[in-house]
Amino acid sequence: MPDRQITTIDGNEATAYVAYRTNEVCSIYPITPSSTMGELADQWAQEGKTNIWGDIPVIAEMQSEGGAAGAAHGALQTGALTTTFTASQGLMLMIPNMYKIAGELTAAVFHVAARSLAAQGLSIFGDHQDVMAVRSTGFAQLASGSVQEAHDMALIAQASTLETRLPFIHFFDGFRTSHEINRVALLTDDEIRAMIPDEQVIAHRRRGLNPDHPFMRGTAQNPDVYFQGRETVNPYYAATPDIVEDKMRLFAELTGRHYRLFDYFGDPEAERVIIIMGSAADTVRETVEFLQAGGAAVGILQVHLYRPFSARHFLASLPVSARRIAVLDRTKEAGAPGEPLYLDVLATLATASANGELPGGRMPRVVGGRYGLSSKEFTPAMVKAVYDELDSDTPRNGFTIGIHDDVSHTSLAFDPGFIIEPDKVVRALFYGLGADGTVGANKNTIKIIGEDPAFHAQGYFVYDSKKSGSQTVSHLRFGPQPIRSSYLVQSANFIGCHQFNFLERTNVLEKAAPGATFLLNSPVGPEAVWDQLPRIIQQTIIDRNLSLHVIDAYKVARDSGMGNRINTVMQTCFFALSGVLPKDAAIAKIKTAIEKTYGKKGDEVVRKNFAAVDNTLANLYPVEIPGRVSSELELLAPVPPAAPDFVRDVTAKMMSGLGDELPVSMVPVDGTYPTGTSRWEKRNISMYVPVWEPEICIQCGNCSLVCPHSVIRAKFYDEAQLESAPAGFKSSAINARGLPDVHYTLQVYLEDCTGCGLCVGVCPARSSKEPGRKAINMQPKEPVLDGERDNIDFFDTLDYVERSRVDFSTVRGVQFLEPLFEFPGSCAGCGETPYVKLLSQLFGDRLIVANATGCSSIYGGNLPTTPWSRNAQGRGPAWSNSLFEDNAEFGLGFRLTTDKQLAMAERLLKELMPQLGEGLVEQILLAPQITDSELQAQRERLAELQHKLQQLDTDQARHLLSVSDHLVRRSIWTVGGDGWAYDIGSSGLDHVLSLGRDVNVLVLDTEVYSNTGGQMSKATPLAAVAKFATGGKRVPKKDLALQAISYGNVYVARVAMGANPQQTLQAFREAEAYPGPSLILAYSHCIAHGINMQHGLLQQQRAVMSGYWPLMRYNPEVRASGENPFVLDSRQPRISFREYADHELRYRMLSRTNPAEADVLMELAQQHVNQTWRLYERAGYQGSERRGSSDVHPDAGSPTT
Amino acid sequence: MDLRTTYMGMELKHPIIASASPLAEKLDNIKRMEDAGAAAVVMFSLFEEQIKHESAAIEHLITSGAESYAESLSYFPDCDDYDTGPDEYLNLLRQATEAVDIPVIGSLNGITNEGWVNTARMMQDAGASAIELNTFYIPAHLYITGREVEQRYIEVLKAVKESVTIPVALKLSPFFSAFGNMARQFDEAGADALVLFNRFYQPDFDLDRMEVAPDLELSTPSEIRLPLLWIAVLHGRINASIAATRGVHSPVEVVKYLMAGADVVMTTSALLRHGIGFLTTLVDGLEKWMEEKQYSSVGQLRGAMSQANCLDPSAFERANYIKILENYAPDYG
Repeated sequence: MPDRQITTIDGNEATAYVAYRTNEVCSIYPITPSSTMGELADQWAQEGKTNIWGDIPVIAEMQSEGGAAGAAHGALQTGALTTTFTASQGLMLMIPNMYKIAGELTAAVFHVAARSLAAQGLSIFGDHQDVMAVRSTGFAQLASGSVQEAHDMALIAQASTLETRLPFIHFFDGFRTSHEINRVALLTDDEIRAMIPDEQVIAHRRRGLNPDHPFMRGTAQNPDVYFQGRETVNPYYAATPDIVEDKMRLFAELTGRHYRLFDYFGDPEAERVIIIMGSAADTVRETVEFLQAGGAAVGILQVHLYRPFSARHFLASLPVSARRIAVLDRTKEAGAPGEPLYLDVLATLATASANGELPGGRMPRVVGGRYGLSSKEFTPAMVKAVYDELDSDTPRNGFTIGIHDDVSHTSLAFDPGFIIEPDKVVRALFYGLGADGTVGANKNTIKIIGEDPAFHAQGYFVYDSKKSGSQTVSHLRFGPQPIRSSYLVQSANFIGCHQFNFLERTNVLEKAAPGATFLLNSPVGPEAVWDQLPRIIQQTIIDRNLSLHVIDAYKVARDSGMGNRINTVMQTCFFALSGVLPKDAAIAKIKTAIEKTYGKKGDEVVRKNFAAVDNTLANLYPVEIPGRVSSELELLAPVPPAAPDFVRDVTAKMMSGLGDELPVSMVPVDGTYPTGTSRWEKRNISMYVPVWEPEICIQCGNCSLVCPHSVIRAKFYDEAQLESAPAGFKSSAINARGLPDVHYTLQVYLEDCTGCGLCVGVCPARSSKEPGRKAINMQPKEPVLDGERDNIDFFDTLDYVERSRVDFSTVRGVQFLEPLFEFPGSCAGCGETPYVKLLSQLFGDRLIVANATGCSSIYGGNLPTTPWSRNAQGRGPAWSNSLFEDNAEFGLGFRLTTDKQLAMAERLLKELMPQLGEGLVEQILLAPQITDSELQAQRERLAELQHKLQQLDTDQARHLLSVSDHLVRRSIWTVGGDGWAYDIGSSGLDHVLSLGRDVNVLVLDTEVYSNTGGQMSKATPLAAVAKFATGGKRVPKKDLALQAISYGNVYVARVAMGANPQQTLQAFREAEAYPGPSLILAYSHCIAHGINMQHGLLQQQRAVMSGYWPLMRYNPEVRASGENPFVLDSRQPRISFREYADHELRYRMLSRTNPAEADVLMELAQQHVNQTWRLYERAGYQGSERRGSSDVHPDAGSPTT
Repeated sequence: MDLRTTYMGMELKHPIIASASPLAEKLDNIKRMEDAGAAAVVMFSLFEEQIKHESAAIEHLITSGAESYAESLSYFPDCDDYDTGPDEYLNLLRQATEAVDIPVIGSLNGITNEGWVNTARMMQDAGASAIELNTFYIPAHLYITGREVEQRYIEVLKAVKESVTIPVALKLSPFFSAFGNMARQFDEAGADALVLFNRFYQPDFDLDRMEVAPDLELSTPSEIRLPLLWIAVLHGRINASIAATRGVHSPVEVVKYLMAGADVVMTTSALLRHGIGFLTTLVDGLEKWMEEKQYSSVGQLRGAMSQANCLDPSAFERANYIKILENYAPDYG
């Protein structure tokens, strides 16, 4: 055996490591949880790393997984060794090509981080629904159950495909394996070479299309030969299991690691056997070991080669003693007699039994069960419950395990107290914030310990459903043996709580083992901290005999020059207290790791981290534990008692991390959830909040407009209403003529604020005496919190101003419109949500939204809470997400329904005119519905109509009543990001725009795939660095505006709220009023740009000032009046492109990695800006004459000027 | 006509040097400066804050939002060969010294003797002919005494001198209570040249926005008087070379500085206004003036008169540096 490099990596990297080395072409498209594999391949290619033949593979990011599969198919057909990485919906999009690739007997491996499919809801988490959905494509399927297996099977799959000519899916569990960090013995290039015979590679190339030896493949076939053609491949499938087995045998000779098609573990004479594949196999195996020690005759058969399913190998692997078999599927096939693996096992055994070939002679009893959908935990307790069920007289078939199914009663009960975590393993839990670096530090810790030959290490990380203020929980294990516990830490002997305020709502000690160490980041010192702990925490510490240590990590970090990054401090505490490594050795290793991690980032970062390590030890204190509980503090309830029943009973459970406890009956049957639940959450994630200064405020509405989280609201009301206001309620006379005795209040919902500071940035009003003080300023929350809670309660009792009294045409007016999109979980300072909120303010009570998958569907629709809300009349946006790729079509479907049912309503109205009255019917049919007063009038007519219809006992009346809501004009919007509009959904968007129907499209253009972590899209600008454009993008972004304008009948606007909010407002209103298709491209600053988000709006302004993002509107209706429909709303560029770009890391990165290239691209970018500007200027030339009378002045209302 | 001069022991073909400015951020410009006749080039200033904070800024921006949400655990590609701190600067310096025959002087701007002293040595290793320390310090703290400020300058100079073998020039502000005495102390502490004077950052107010505005204006010829005064005072009384900088917009200012006693004359504003080719105009103008006045060498001219004033280019680099590093971290939280 060669000297082997041991490393700690996750499943994605372990897989990509092999795939990269054994392929020439890689066509990919990002999708969670597989994105990392493609990103690593791209990164390695950029770094010049080669495959085993000394070549750098070509990495091509495509516009969709369909595109990636097509490109892979093409590369394969021309003889390149080709791979791709995907998951879930991505794999679904590959299906057509997969049939082709398999039908053509093409050697290739697709690596899949297996994930749920979107059904009643989307899930990014792991199960086998995707890979099971493609089992009929003809691909062989090889399953891995751990990080090491993923590494090894990636090679076995590659070796097998070349010999068998069957394409392979190599899959492993999304997140549980793809994102678990574990110790891996890396394959050497020599070992990889030994598994991949050159002659098979050359044979693969020779099968490629070549005009020197021409043939054709892919003919259209007729009834005469198609069937036979499908049967020609049978010998290849028949040969495959033996070939894979041979490859596994060769692999074992090379590496010492043994695999079989079906790996049996346990009692050789087991009566009860579980059959399973994927990461759960390790958990079953661990449980089998435990149960065997207690004398149980149990075993597990782990399936590696699922397709082709080899009955011969299966029967040879199953102990003849097996009498009771439970086949566990991590998938759901509604309506089927069982899940796929169960049916395969059953069919295999039944066939063997019928043929008299069953090794045991007697047909065992076989039951099937489902487990682990969407990464649902699968624990030893659940495994034991399955074995127990097998022991019962009549084991249930079609059971579920891991949930409580009180509807169909499928679920097996299990004992959560059955915990078998081995004592010799250190189990640590860390509760942190995404922003505090806890996960990064823990990954570093795993590397430090995992690379010590004496230890095995495992890390798994659980993230929040929010992108701001998100909580992370790190699950780490360290021990002398390989760690196979593929489930969360259940009993921790070390718990670190990195945020003191977590204690208010979370029992962080729930999983504490007796005698565990509890490390708390506390602003309160060791003498006083005990009295600050909630009762449950004190009780647990005493009952379980825990030791408590505190450190004021934020103070230590600040004193060390680390700002708010407490990662190094808390990591040092862990090493100092846990005893995993000797303290001094551990400290030395931390410092070595710091140098390794930060060395390239500069001496200063290293120096500060070293200082943090040194200062930590002097500030870490043990706490003396009193003998009794003294606290009366209880954990805060997740929602107030006033919350609706569903929120209290269901949403609150999810918010508290107790969603696993919800029984099936509590979960909506069809994915329908109430809107407006985010208001109950009160996340309190920012210590600093905006505070309003009425005496300075000019009531312009800018702060309210730009607030990404709808935290700042304005109302005006009669002064008399102040009589019942709390003493601290702020108010000032409204700054408008003709409204005596009317007061104005700007209320900050500070418990929902993320502290982004955008509001302060745009506030134009300053104190004349203290220019540093604006009309809104960030201040510490704690001193004002109690008073403001009372103020908010009072503010909520004030009515929003009637919409008909609001001036919709100005930012100043719009502040009085109730946002029907509030408190989303987007990043603090998000550049997208201000547009979404504006949409909800302007059209919310008649708005229906089709939302493409992406950031906006996540902050808009990721449970537990929902930010789309409703007004006092119960109206509000109706929202749905279909897929990523089909959003334009999905929204068009809304339009088709609306058009059809409106026509039905109009027809029925006319038919029922005698009963309903001519006047009412004509008024309804002819009503203008553009302004809000017109819409209000129509609503009143509709109410009268509906009242009358309810009195009519006819089918016609009932039908009209059912569609009569359409008589108030609906506002139909499709909303999504640039990944959708420019890439995966571009053809659908193009088609929908071409149809001429009244669909409004809002593209939240962050110029990168934000939701999946910053991958290049066709909206990514020239010169910017992104994932898959590590060397800087060399082509400009697609001009979607011009593309849409080319139809001539599409309303198009390019807006940037930070540069010209007034123009944004006008574009939204024009687009909505335009009776045909409309497209708004909204510049959305983003955390993926590498900017201080606090200055996001200023950066939007720079984008416009540089000419990079020219503001424009193209209104086809204007052409009807003989004018130029193209209006350029921007002035001549006033700064260079570089002056804009220099503020963003995405542009600056390249100047640090490749300055010469950066200069070239920057120059090209400037040239492109110049060209585009000239084009726009020419297009808008005639419009400029008209612009003088327009109410939108170039860059007017700029918040920062 | 003998235009040659000696600056910090380096023999130059004439006394006109392109001083530190953003023009020197590009290799092409440095080559063009040589082509236009510059006797030497001072690179743009590498700021102490830049070395210290750029890496921290990048680290902050890369990690912002990372490891928080399961779908987007990072937002940028992971680049092992990411240059931070002085790497980019040093690469350019190395390329410049290889590309031109004239001396290339590295420029460091800072005020503490931590961290960046190493960078001076790296500049030497990258081929710099000399180092120019552009030091300015605004003692806004009301308890810092003049003596402590003076001592800080001396310590910085000594620290850098100890770390390199190439000459070290000190570019200074005039705001010492006894500048002559300070000049003597710098001379004794080993300064190879004094560059008189820089223009430190002086904020302006933007009354529309009610904000402090980092404004910057190019120097004017009238600014030569303060440097002229002190050059005239110091000429012949210290061992260190004297470089004049500030307000050079025509050959007239060059002549005046030389006549006050400067060994070399530096210019930035003129090149920013008129382009790099203006160096040729300055050199030709000097030669022409000397011919008209019948001087045969710069040596004859140097120190022939004593009077005073000047320019400073460093604010450009400050402004450039501020562009990206402004408030990279949020003000709150």
